[in-house]
Amino acid sequence: MNRDEATTVIAQGLRGIAPEADLDEVRSDKPLQDELDLDSMDFLNLMVAIAESTGIEIPERDYPKVDTLDGLVAYLVDAS
Amino acid sequence: MPSLGADMDSGTLLEWKVAVGDTVAKGDIVAVVDTEKSDIEVETFHAGVITELLVEEGTEVEVGTPLAVIDDGAAPAPPAETHPEPEPAVEPTPEPEPEPAAEPAPQAGDAAERPPVVHSPIVRHLAEERGIDLSTVQGTGPGGAVTRRDLDAVAAPADRPAASTAASAPTTTPPRPTEDGSRVRSSPLARRRADELGVDLGSVTGSGPDGAVTIADVEAAAGELPTTPAPASPAPAPTPPPEEAATDRSATVRAATGRLMARSKREIPHYYLSTTIDLHDALEWLERTNRDRPVTERILPAALLLRAVVVALGDQPRLNGSWVDDELRTADRVDLGVGVALRGGGLIAPVIPAADTLGLVETMDALRGLVGRARSGRLKGSDLGEASVTVTNLGDQGVESVYGVIAPPQVAVVGFGAIGERPWAVEGMLTVRRVVTATLSADHRATDGHEGARFLSTLDQLLHEPDRLSEGTPS
Repeated sequence: MNRDEATTVIAQGLRGIAPEADLDEVRSDKPLQDELDLDSMDFLNLMVAIAESTGIEIPERDYPKVDTLDGLVAYLVDAS
Repeated sequence: MPSLGADMDSGTLLEWKVAVGDTVAKGDIVAVVDTEKSDIEVETFHAGVITELLVEEGTEVEVGTPLAVIDDGAAPAPPAETHPEPEPAVEPTPEPEPEPAAEPAPQAGDAAERPPVVHSPIVRHLAEERGIDLSTVQGTGPGGAVTRRDLDAVAAPADRPAASTAASAPTTTPPRPTEDGSRVRSSPLARRRADELGVDLGSVTGSGPDGAVTIADVEAAAGELPTTPAPASPAPAPTPPPEEAATDRSATVRAATGRLMARSKREIPHYYLSTTIDLHDALEWLERTNRDRPVTERILPAALLLRAVVVALGDQPRLNGSWVDDELRTADRVDLGVGVALRGGGLIAPVIPAADTLGLVETMDALRGLVGRARSGRLKGSDLGEASVTVTNLGDQGVESVYGVIAPPQVAVVGFGAIGERPWAVEGMLTVRRVVTATLSADHRATDGHEGARFLSTLDQLLHEPDRLSEGTPS
């Protein structure tokens, strides 16, 4: 998976969680939860959506690595 | 039409999820109903075959109106008219069920056999406030119970349409009196727009339901839009057009919240306590537990906190109940209200019924389902029962503590701030720990600070023994 594909996966995952979210507007080096006003349930649902579409299960201990859009994209690229 | 909340008098049937001839099982979603707060999925309490749909989509009907006929095969279906008594959700055809489901409504029978009419706490309160003797009011609710609308009809002068809850809701811009002293019907949005445009609502002719002033009326009056012909006299319309309903949804949630909170602060002598709890043990335990679970089955700290509240309430049952008729009625189970922040604003508190029968995993499942349904605007009827206690702000808002306002007739609300790292003294050494500030707002008529303090202390202890929280059901 390249960066564009990873970004698409994230955008699709967010559709059911934060339908108004526009990843182009997100500051990609800032905490994603703050940028998109996601609470812990939303974030968990994003992890579930990503796992369902890619098979990549991000363990909780890796959450610090994926707390920004840049980090999450890089993680998915590395993991695929 | 089931009652989906204490202040609901009627609902609009938006959509049938079943058709004549369909076989339904108990708990199946049969319809979607639009209420003031949300679109609600209505479940059937009876199994059988749908033989008739009595209410068309788009129709607003009073609570207690039969919506459909279900044939359970036990007896030939009598015509619906022979069942004028209100039934929960969906009308079963044969004899009254032994189990009257979630919304108890009196069954068929002679008037003499009817149990005493039970009025809702809100209605009793309103009647008292307005000096109305309930026994003199003709009730149109379930079992002849007096509804808010009935009360409004009694209280209102003949020339005033019965005030809907939304129209009479207190908002930042109070409705202005008209010449005859009655209040102008208008949506909260219309009032806000009127305020912005400097329009006197009393001078505007309403074209909405029951002559309500709409945004379009306000804008027309302000000369912003070409004037649309408004009916000369208030003509009751059955329901507002869908687009208006959608626009007004967040405003009605706002208004409903405002009404309830104003009443709470008027009536309930709150007392407030707080304690900061070290979550080190609990979160380490949770992280170990989640390591072995697939992502779809991970448990959030929020579920652990909810579970701890439920278990701690077992030791302090007087915080779990309602204040009705000047006395505390403790509940025999925990119907846990959970404050859920909605995207785009607004807060609703749907309910996890009988949360004290759920283990930790089941509590997480219930929470996930509830939040998902609340945020998608598709709560089920069973999500909107009466809570016996509420927990608020699990929404990661980043604040350290939250002191909730009690939702009457409940007697307590537990609040959790954000979980965050703080310097913390452990065995004489300074370290960094993840902590949460738990608060209790409680009704001083029902409990005093001593009981409240013991509750928070139990909560603290439980969160240091997370194994106790993972056990199936509390004793």
